[in-house]
Amino acid sequence: MTTLRITNGRVIDPATSFDAVADLWIADGKVLHVGARPDLRADRTIDAAGCIVSPGWIDMHVHLREPGREEDETIATGSAAAIAGGVTSVACMPNTEPAIDTQAAAEFVYLQAERANLANVFPIGAITKGRRGEELAEMGGLVDGGAVAFTDDGSPVVNADIMRRALEYSRMFDKCILSHCEDVDLTKGGVMHEGLVSLRLGVRGMPSVAEELHVYRDIELAALTGGRVHILHVSTVEAVELIRRGKKKARVTGEACPHHWLLTDEHVATLDSNYKMAPPLRAKDDVAAILAGLKDDTLDVICTDHAPHAAEKKAREFDQCPNGILGVETLLPLCVTTLIEPSHLTWPQLIAKLTINPARVLSIDRGTLKPGVLADVTIIDPKAEWTIDVNQFKSKSRNSPFHGWKVRGRAKWVIVEGVVKAG
Amino acid sequence: MTDRHLLGLEHQSAEGISALLDAAEGMLGVGTAGNPKRSDLAGICVANIFYEPSTRTRISFGLAARRLGADVVDFTSSGSSVGKGESFIDTARNIEAMGVDVVVVRHASAGAPHLLANHLKAAVVNAGDGAHEHPTQALLDMLTIRRRKGRIAGLTVGLVGDILHSRVARSNIHGLTKLGAKVIVCGPPTLVPAGVESLGVRVAHRLDDILQECDVLNLLRIQFERQRTGLFPSVNEYARLFAMTGERVRKARPDVLLLAPGPINRGVEITPDVADGPHSAILEQVDHGLAVRMAVLRRAAGRN
Repeated sequence: MTTLRITNGRVIDPATSFDAVADLWIADGKVLHVGARPDLRADRTIDAAGCIVSPGWIDMHVHLREPGREEDETIATGSAAAIAGGVTSVACMPNTEPAIDTQAAAEFVYLQAERANLANVFPIGAITKGRRGEELAEMGGLVDGGAVAFTDDGSPVVNADIMRRALEYSRMFDKCILSHCEDVDLTKGGVMHEGLVSLRLGVRGMPSVAEELHVYRDIELAALTGGRVHILHVSTVEAVELIRRGKKKARVTGEACPHHWLLTDEHVATLDSNYKMAPPLRAKDDVAAILAGLKDDTLDVICTDHAPHAAEKKAREFDQCPNGILGVETLLPLCVTTLIEPSHLTWPQLIAKLTINPARVLSIDRGTLKPGVLADVTIIDPKAEWTIDVNQFKSKSRNSPFHGWKVRGRAKWVIVEGVVKAG
Repeated sequence: MTDRHLLGLEHQSAEGISALLDAAEGMLGVGTAGNPKRSDLAGICVANIFYEPSTRTRISFGLAARRLGADVVDFTSSGSSVGKGESFIDTARNIEAMGVDVVVVRHASAGAPHLLANHLKAAVVNAGDGAHEHPTQALLDMLTIRRRKGRIAGLTVGLVGDILHSRVARSNIHGLTKLGAKVIVCGPPTLVPAGVESLGVRVAHRLDDILQECDVLNLLRIQFERQRTGLFPSVNEYARLFAMTGERVRKARPDVLLLAPGPINRGVEITPDVADGPHSAILEQVDHGLAVRMAVLRRAAGRN
């Protein structure tokens, strides 16, 4: 039995409402104890003075591109990027080629993650076969293969009746439906937020209402069916408000990505493809609403929508390049620098949105430091100053608008199931 | 060398725009009967890279360059390596590697000229990017107004038609407002984007309401395919509401100046009698286009 002791750090575990300087003891890959244990001898001691000791961070919205688009990212490179960013678990989206819509496809993700042997990788299964939005995928098989939730992310489920059936059927497994909210008739041809900047640039916009219509629809369908719905990448004022009200009548959660509280459509004025994503960067009011939603816990989860694209795909005309930016390697410093330092969130609030809350959405036994759980730990030096440099990324891609940002906060040690993977 | 690029009028100063118009005045007639060609651009190579069909703009840039003594290469996306999957930037870099000093680019994607400006050493001139900007068209419209009216400041200019999809409208709005004109945009609400007032213009939806106050009316080309996407119900109805007819000319100011960026749809934006009548400056615009492009190319080559 190998024993690891993390000492002198401020241990924060929102799941147990623990927040104090204390020892964290890990033995045989599991959390053994939080607090003093004079009876134990550690094989290794980590001095975490000045650091935050958090349950391992979970980024529940990443695209690892494997299988099918290994030129952008692989499960191995994405896992390495996660560890470098202080993220111990990722949940990967099924919009691969082929889609993760069968038990075998889900098991392939676990196999590749095991080969990489870095972060925990949890596959999310498709709602519909081939993500075509027509027939439900074999959810039972996907659950047997280890799928932790269902989504057709990248595309909405266009047909409301299919969405209703998905919410009903998934109740059998107590799994959550993650909804990419977009009315595709209203966004057709759109490449950015519809507003004053799209007007100036003469490019086709995607109006906020295209997102909000589906948020409304899916909350009502969750209320009707008793299913669980999680609204992906929330980006508008009204979407936040719909979720706030929806929590009173349905099982609904919501998430926000750093770019939606840090950047606006004004950044798109240069038509730099690193500012192109879906949902698009919105207006100032929307940014304020996302921050308010994070503060009052309308938005339960913070994640990144990590979307790697090889350089040649992004170095194109704005309307012809793909949507999305990298996330896992910039998540932690952006949260520290833009949420903690300006006091938008307290440390326990922030950590809850990156640990126990996503663990609950995904129904996985992670995100806490309760004795007995697998010991995933992120140890954060909140004062570490550095400059984001895409050329240092472990990810296979380089598409980040945060290149060159001066930030604070870095993962100093990253522990996955009791094994120190970084630090 | 950023100041040599002409990517749009939004980020040009009023002084810069006036200086280009002054330079264009000096170019009027160069290379035509009795006026010898010039050698301002001797030893300069200009590449026309056109990713969208264009007749008059491409010919105008080519002729402008040749009349100033430049070498010209023409590249159009049809029948080129674009069909072989080569990216836009790679194509442009390859053309530049042949010793090109100025790249004139027309592209369906907004921002394509800006992308080239970031990747090439050559000066980049925007000959129309998506519905974003078409700066030389706006400059030639303004040169025409200035020569016919003697000024731009204080005039009221109506831009009529499909504002939403028009790069000509955007460049005109930026240029005209910077030079002190009042701009009214006029079209059906489906073709006049919400919030366009933020660009410093007034909105009208009925042409008859603004005829009396406009010194100049610029009749934008309507693209018939917009009808299929539900932006207006029929070409007939569009013409009834927005075409400049003889009757409307009689209701307008007696000295109203009519412009059209072309190619015009006779009977849709403008009826034939009006297009060929005394208020119309459509053919002058073409001539002024050459002068404007000479001035722009000279600036781009650093030879002004």
